[in-house]
Amino acid sequence: MMEIVGKTSVDFMGKRNVAFAVSGVLVFLGIVAVIGIMAGWANLGIDFAGGTAVQLKFDQPLGIEEARNALQAHGLSEAELQEFPQDQKLLIRVKTETTIEDEISKQIIEVFQEEFPNHGFVVDSSTSIGPTIGKKLQEDALIAIVLSLVGIILYIAVRFEFRFGVAAAIATFHDVLVVLGVYFLLDKEITLLVVTALLTLAGYSLTDTVIVFDRIRENLRRRRRETVSDIINNGINQVLSRTLVTTLTVVLVLVPLTLWGGEVLHDFSLALLIGVLVGTYSSIFVASPLLLLWPGAEGKLLSRGK
Amino acid sequence: MKKLRGRFLLLLVVTVVSCILALPSFPGLYQSLPDGVKSVLSHQGLSLGLDLQGGIHLVLEVEEERAVEIAVDRLRKSMEDLLEEKAIAVDGVSREGSNSISIDLQNESDAEEVQTLLSDAFPNFVLQEHSGTRLEYELSSDDVQRIKTSAINQALETIRNRIDQFGVAEPLIQRLGVNQIAIQLPGVQDPQRAKDLIQKTALLEFKMLHESKVALDLPPRVEKGQEETVRQEFEGKVPEGSEILFETVEESLDGSKYSIPYLVKKDADLIGDLLQDARVTMGDFNEPAVSVTFDSKGAREFDLVTAANVGKRMAIVLDGKVYSAPTINERISGGRAVISGTFTTDEANDLAVVLRAGALPAPLKTLQDLTVGPSLGKDSIEKGLRTTLIAGALVLIFMIVYYRLSGLIANVALFLNLVGLLGALSGLNATLTLPGIAGIILTMGMGVDSNVLIFERIREELRLGRPVRLAVDAGFEKAFLTIVDAHVTTLITGLALFLFGTGPIKGFAVTLCLGIGINLFTAFVGTKVVFDFLNRRKLETLSI
Repeated sequence: MMEIVGKTSVDFMGKRNVAFAVSGVLVFLGIVAVIGIMAGWANLGIDFAGGTAVQLKFDQPLGIEEARNALQAHGLSEAELQEFPQDQKLLIRVKTETTIEDEISKQIIEVFQEEFPNHGFVVDSSTSIGPTIGKKLQEDALIAIVLSLVGIILYIAVRFEFRFGVAAAIATFHDVLVVLGVYFLLDKEITLLVVTALLTLAGYSLTDTVIVFDRIRENLRRRRRETVSDIINNGINQVLSRTLVTTLTVVLVLVPLTLWGGEVLHDFSLALLIGVLVGTYSSIFVASPLLLLWPGAEGKLLSRGK
Repeated sequence: MKKLRGRFLLLLVVTVVSCILALPSFPGLYQSLPDGVKSVLSHQGLSLGLDLQGGIHLVLEVEEERAVEIAVDRLRKSMEDLLEEKAIAVDGVSREGSNSISIDLQNESDAEEVQTLLSDAFPNFVLQEHSGTRLEYELSSDDVQRIKTSAINQALETIRNRIDQFGVAEPLIQRLGVNQIAIQLPGVQDPQRAKDLIQKTALLEFKMLHESKVALDLPPRVEKGQEETVRQEFEGKVPEGSEILFETVEESLDGSKYSIPYLVKKDADLIGDLLQDARVTMGDFNEPAVSVTFDSKGAREFDLVTAANVGKRMAIVLDGKVYSAPTINERISGGRAVISGTFTTDEANDLAVVLRAGALPAPLKTLQDLTVGPSLGKDSIEKGLRTTLIAGALVLIFMIVYYRLSGLIANVALFLNLVGLLGALSGLNATLTLPGIAGIILTMGMGVDSNVLIFERIREELRLGRPVRLAVDAGFEKAFLTIVDAHVTTLITGLALFLFGTGPIKGFAVTLCLGIGINLFTAFVGTKVVFDFLNRRKLETLSI
């Protein structure tokens, strides 16, 4: 049998303070990101903030600086540009308070037709979202988020005993916040697809936590003489192979998706990729140690061990 | 052993059914089926989402207030005509606000007569105020509501007619909420033209040119973009009841455009809803033009207007822009006119379509406009397929390398998964979007996890020294709950996304949830069946 990790006996619990420190920083970033989104200074996609996005595909590559200057010269200085050099595509976004009547997308297209008559291009896509629809999309997204959270919490409450449940919930929130924080740091746009990725990874991260907790629970039921810390450590070591391989299979499909899935899906798949890796990390280094933190854990966990 | 055979049979049936269900998605294969089979299946399998097919998605809002204003404008004209007919001298009949009309009589003594006249002819107007020579009427709120409701319905009808004539396959035109309309035109080749076609208010008016001397002061040509400046310049100078409108002319030599200003009377002598037909025709200089035919009422009015204005110029105005301003050479009683201007054949055609389908009762405000060009669609499909193959290959290779023969069994299960998923999506006529393809890829990775959990458990049991058969059973049994847990949590978020996600995201949620559901089936029925079969041979070791 081929094994990724053989019989291990890593002292995971011993390293928990380092892990808490690292996680603490990342979660803090995530919280900052959430505040940023609510306050409006985070980089929200046009599906939330309203605005116009036009993606153009050029026959020959066009420098992003040239494009920016051309747009500025025509009064579109607040346009944000993103380039995809390998496909010769340019994405132009304008998010200011404009109405659709201003026909920004037409303007943008005209600018390129006028300023670069020798650069043929095709309009890949253009999206204009007015503020009312943007608001509706925000609301819908929030409802989906709340529904998911409620569902997850209910599920945890039913499936796990209280202390396990809280630890699992914290680990899941941790994962979502970390990815959000990373995206905030990288100033990546938070679009509906990114929110979708976050919700999906919340559901999936619980999977990993379940694998670890199931084993810890089983062990707690059986052994009574070791310290809780040791039981947890052993439990994790026993399922280490399992958690790593399940994560690996998902990573194996997400890497091609991130690299070659195209610009539309890029941010989505990257969020999932980061999230899945963080999810594995959090099951071992966040959820499990949290079990130890519970006051009187040693005694209670052993006796109840359900 | 019957249990084994039963399960094998179940697997086989499910696979075959999935394959059959999936057929409509592959038109080439589908066509070659016998008719009998075709009649049972739906004729359309999977449909491609807008992001894969290209097309437009619009959400428009009917400006109800304007609809009321436009309707009241018409009633105002009727009132004016009626008073003229009865030879009652008025200073003016004008619209106030969006739903009131005020009448300034010249003789106070006429007031009573007017009141009786109007209460008979316009029962939906209620007299609000009467002070001396001024009568103010307001449209009843019931009627205002009626206008608003019919405006939406009329807008829907008009848009449908316009799109019909444009010939888009499978358009989607729906009312959304109280006053919004959602339009989806998949596969449209020229999105800008389609959008222009839909949104043209198409209010056609025939207005006489005003003969005041101010008209001579107007510049003969105006730079494109300078129209407002010119309007402001002449702000106080234009006589009452007139306005400046512009015609756009394209220089045939170099394609540059400029505008010609016209001083026209504000009130239209004829409105376009009296049209019966509109066709593309060849103008005097062999350029495309649109020939319009009035209905009988319109023909009569046209006759009167042209008779009274021989030698004068009449501006043909569409949506506030002058298309041409020909001189009326003679009285026209045939009810036909030709609108010529600098049209391309496409433009003439679109104008004819729009005049035939009728004017929109009110302007439409765009709330959302998503346009995907066909190039991006093809691009996305290509990338999606390629990534699916690569991701699939990676997973397949890993499973074989890591779990050997058992891995191969897992791979077959994965393949069945995909077949089942395709069948389910086709059978449900689901829409495949780009995130949907991502969802399929994700289920490949997550689906394999079920098998991983089972195999790891089996390995553990084998390491403890259990005999193969017991190890296998224990593996499946103990992993069961964990696998269900794992999938349920993902399904929860998938469901939330399905309920509240928009198009592409909904597509993702559908493939994810279906994929995981089907995976539960193949993991427990499919994989187990094969292991049980192998177990019959009383294996000493297991290739895992």
